[in-house]
Amino acid sequence: MLFDLFVSFFQIGLFSVGGGYAAIPLIQSQIVDRLGLLTLAEFTDLITVAEMTPGPIALNAATFVGTRCAGLGGALLCTAGCMLPSVCISLALAYVYYRWRTVSAVQTLLSALRPAVVALIAGAGLSILCLAVLHADLGALVAGIFAGALPDLPDGFRAIEAVLFAGALIVLRMKKAGAIAVLFGTGAVGTVAYLLLGLA
Amino acid sequence: MNDSRAARLYRLFVSMLSLATFTFGGGFVIVSLMKRRFVEEMHLLDEDEMLDIAAIAQSCPGPIMVNAAVLVGYRVAGVPGALVSALASALPPLVIISIIAVFYAQFRENRYVAIALQVMRAGVAAVIFDVVVDLCRGVLKTRRALYILMMAAAFVASVLLDVPATTIILLCLCVGACQAAAMLLRARKGGRHAL
Repeated sequence: MLFDLFVSFFQIGLFSVGGGYAAIPLIQSQIVDRLGLLTLAEFTDLITVAEMTPGPIALNAATFVGTRCAGLGGALLCTAGCMLPSVCISLALAYVYYRWRTVSAVQTLLSALRPAVVALIAGAGLSILCLAVLHADLGALVAGIFAGALPDLPDGFRAIEAVLFAGALIVLRMKKAGAIAVLFGTGAVGTVAYLLLGLA
Repeated sequence: MNDSRAARLYRLFVSMLSLATFTFGGGFVIVSLMKRRFVEEMHLLDEDEMLDIAAIAQSCPGPIMVNAAVLVGYRVAGVPGALVSALASALPPLVIISIIAVFYAQFRENRYVAIALQVMRAGVAAVIFDVVVDLCRGVLKTRRALYILMMAAAFVASVLLDVPATTIILLCLCVGACQAAAMLLRARKGGRHAL
């Protein structure tokens, strides 16, 4: 049973290329469908918790399922299984990258990747901003606009988050403040603002 | 960097641990946080290196955060660095979810937790935009129309057309491979050594 768990998470780690949401269907097929360790409702809760807490969804799922099945030892075993493939493969690629990256052909190859990565980071930023300020999924919003329908915004425009975003960006650009300090600050100021305005 | 190996590993561990503790959202969120911490605050990597690491981390199987942690750790302190860094990236989810798995019902229904997590997204978005401004400037500075066009196309493909990140990176890799092949051919025709 513990071995099954380890193998499942090893496979999740090995086959979830692209991270994050790519892992969700794999976790579902392994843990819900194959091993039957969680019901679909529990699995949905797990995704919610994983989104509310830091860390990759696959590692959160590993700890959650492992703890449920076999306590702390289970959590450690599942996490190790999930990380083993990516640590080995990344380490091999790290070696290759630092061995060859000064070769001019490799430089050309890598230069073509950088603009795409910048665009992907920008896309990730936009979808988080959308979630924070409009409390809506960017993908669903875009699909809605393409379909000619006005997006349905359950919470409307969240002014507090918009102000926090602008303020945090100004602090980051002007003061060159540490990112973690800014995140903490946003959390503290925002929570106090919600409580003072009686929106909580 | 002249500090001892142990001190270096310790600083790497603490930095990665703090980043992993506050990273909500997908893999590219941690990449922007890492860029700010390791490129701008600690000067351990340069900007191009960080983008290469992001592309490699995205293309490897497994969580992007773990992959990026391994790559950054390897660069800073070799194989021990990679292992220390991977451990630091996995500890916060392990500890936090272990606790939540026990107090699951209370956690889910706590209003203050929900508010704090919701408002912190605004801060995360600000950190990413701050990093994106610098990175965009870097791409524009190359003054290569192809790269600027590829950046715009990748953004449209990812945000408007919902093309998976891995597909976008693979397509750009093909463009880069063609360029590299053309460069090698030109060099060979010119009678010089290929590399």
